[in-house]
Amino acid sequence: MATLVSLDAWLKVWLYKSTFLLGFLTTLETAVFAVLLSLCLGLIFGLMSTSGRMLLQGIARVYVEFIQNTPLLLQICFLYYAMSFSGHSIGIITSGIISIGVYHGAYMAEVIRAGIQSIPRGQFEASYSQGFNYMGTMYYIILPQSIKIILPPMVNQVVNLIKNTSCLYIIGGSDLISITYSFVTGANTGGAHGPAYLVTGVLFFIICFPLSMLASTWENNLKKRERMTFTKAAAKPQEEA
Amino acid sequence: MMGEWEASFGMLQSSAIWLYILKGTLFTVIISAIAVILGVVFGSILALVRNYCHSPKYRIFRWAAITYIEVFRNTPLLLWIFICVVFCPVPDLFAHRMFGLTTVETTLLFKACIALILFTSSVIAEIVRGGLNSVPAGQFEAAASQGFNTVQTMVYIILPQAYRNVVPTLLSQIITTIKDSSYLANVATIELMSRVRQILSTANIYNGTGNINVSDVFVLYGCAAAIYFIINFALSLIVRRINAQRKKAASTYRIVKA
Repeated sequence: MATLVSLDAWLKVWLYKSTFLLGFLTTLETAVFAVLLSLCLGLIFGLMSTSGRMLLQGIARVYVEFIQNTPLLLQICFLYYAMSFSGHSIGIITSGIISIGVYHGAYMAEVIRAGIQSIPRGQFEASYSQGFNYMGTMYYIILPQSIKIILPPMVNQVVNLIKNTSCLYIIGGSDLISITYSFVTGANTGGAHGPAYLVTGVLFFIICFPLSMLASTWENNLKKRERMTFTKAAAKPQEEA
Repeated sequence: MMGEWEASFGMLQSSAIWLYILKGTLFTVIISAIAVILGVVFGSILALVRNYCHSPKYRIFRWAAITYIEVFRNTPLLLWIFICVVFCPVPDLFAHRMFGLTTVETTLLFKACIALILFTSSVIAEIVRGGLNSVPAGQFEAAASQGFNTVQTMVYIILPQAYRNVVPTLLSQIITTIKDSSYLANVATIELMSRVRQILSTANIYNGTGNINVSDVFVLYGCAAAIYFIINFALSLIVRRINAQRKKAASTYRIVKA
């Protein structure tokens, strides 16, 4: 804790500010590509699990269950070591993007599935009866109604994804956390624990906090609106938080 | 090629390696259970303070709770593990050999556990708060009209209902904590993930082929994945069962009411 007030330690961090910035950019880059990958996977598997076809639903179920019930760290180690020991090394950042994307893709798939399933069955039937095909139904009828249910948990998943980029450390990545750790343990730069961790924490916080605020505001507004349109006839059971 | 696979599976026939992995599993489960239990205690306090300390005298506690929850929710667990490894003091009670671990291992385990507990309690605080918010305001009024004071209202009326509402979410949080506990492998504590990593890094000695092969990666991580999957899937089946029962109960309630 003493290093927090030591000018020397703060100067050390200031001197190496470009290193921190580089780590921050690597984290952001990983996060952006992983978010894109997870959105694609989430959309595909979310639609598969609401398609009503046994085979597609089964595949989506297996994917979601398997990914959600094993730790991300294990998946990233598995991917990285399996690739590098078999001689097809794909690089640390790429392994990170793929495994983080696949991991959060499973969560996105569940979010999208829940969103689609919250739309009453009649909407699909009405839309088909009006001559919409599958894509048209999804795009014009279902998506606009379910987006407000999907978005808050989706943004929460993005926050978790950004936090989970720290798992790159275990395979020797160069993201913000790993760079901070090698900074505080390095031979020339060592010792400035307090300031370095504070800077890293603040950098993560300024990215994640607005996003999670946004998510909870949306969610609260949604709940408020639901309460306003609450009628006895459509009374729903109290939802778990 | 086949020889490599046989050598890798051969590793699993050694009972010493199995025992090593299973002990790691046991530690994973114990660490997660402790983190969740203490997380519920701290998290409930945080949630109660954040939700109900509105009077100007205690407002500072409310802001402290909000800051704690938001800071821990929006920064990665690994950062807190690193911070605790450097800064967390270890009481003498934990700073010696126990459970067949060396002093270094127990102190590291203690520090890493503290990080996991701090992180988990912020998440659980938000879960408990969701439960508190789902208790209708009429319950407070009813309790007050029956002469309960604030503490009694909380302990006898509000908290039991709030916990009942969030049992499934808390159970899913155990799954998340078991997965999060694998982050402790980064500082080489003794849970499942780090033990599997240790075995992999010395697999060339155990599998008898003299070097580490792809098959070792598949066998060892496959084994760890299977263990994690069995534990977590069992828990998620329980969660699903409780949810299904509640849905059923809620729909019968609606029918009876109608």
